Amino acid sequence: MKFVKFLLLGIVFGIVMTKSEAVSWYRIQEMFRFQAFHMYGIIGTAVTLGVAGVALIKRFRMRDYHGNPIMFNPKEKSVSRYLIGGSIFGLGWALSGACPGPMVVNIGYGYWAMAIVFFFAIVGTYLYGLIKNKLPH
Amino acid sequence: MEFILQPWSWWFSGIMIAAIMFFLLYFGQSFGFSSNLRTICAAAGLGKSAKFFDFNWKAQTWNLVFLVGAILGGFITREFLSTDAPVLISEATIQDLSKLGIAAPVSLQPVELFGLDAVLSIKGFLLLAFGGLMVGFGSRYAGGCTSGHAISGLSDLQVPSLIAVMGFFIGGLLMTYLFLPLIF
Repeated sequence: MKFVKFLLLGIVFGIVMTKSEAVSWYRIQEMFRFQAFHMYGIIGTAVTLGVAGVALIKRFRMRDYHGNPIMFNPKEKSVSRYLIGGSIFGLGWALSGACPGPMVVNIGYGYWAMAIVFFFAIVGTYLYGLIKNKLPH
Repeated sequence: MEFILQPWSWWFSGIMIAAIMFFLLYFGQSFGFSSNLRTICAAAGLGKSAKFFDFNWKAQTWNLVFLVGAILGGFITREFLSTDAPVLISEATIQDLSKLGIAAPVSLQPVELFGLDAVLSIKGFLLLAFGGLMVGFGSRYAGGCTSGHAISGLSDLQVPSLIAVMGFFIGGLLMTYLFLPLIF
């Protein structure tokens, strides 16, 4: 039962992402061509509210529903891993028109071809795990 | 009902995504979807061949459940909440894509990439495979994807996330302006 809330949040995520067309390859192309405000509006609104909310959580030391303080772990300092890894991610994002979340939403919507993309995303993750120690971080 | 069947506005979507992030924080977790890819590798027993996947993946079950929910959300939208109308992208984008041989939208996704003919062709299959490969490899290398870095990380004003998002755009712009014209 404790997982029901995560299932519901996932359902809301899937519906919202589809209904706002953020799972569409066309919308990602439009974003990378800077030809509409749509995707920037979605991400910008989420981040603006996110910054305000996270600041409030920290300011008032809010707790989660278990009663534990809500913590934000600083990501390790580096430039290369974020810039190189991010760029590889961006190449894939613009080609397939989907990041990992929208991939599975698309599968649910009935675009079975996205299952190929998602399967190879798992393969890509495995590949990273195999050669991670040889990469600059 | 009319409102539900229409595409939803960017601001509503943005508010809902922020709400999802805060609910996950309230439930003691954090919003980061690509972690699921690593979890799936671990659950598949790949920790035997690479240490990176040797961890207690069961603690990530909540995120896998979120993933299942996301699939259901896509299904529910198709069945009950959608007219499957063409995506309303800008005229400029339609023009640009037509030069690549990709027709104006008739539904959510281009048949040139996700249709059966495309998937069953060698080129079409390889494009989907390479796209997925780079997303999976890159997101783990960068330590997160759009949800982990662009939403969660930027909300926490994390510099690494800003660098990662810059990387997302470097890669995205290279693909859009340099490689896509070569591919199509």
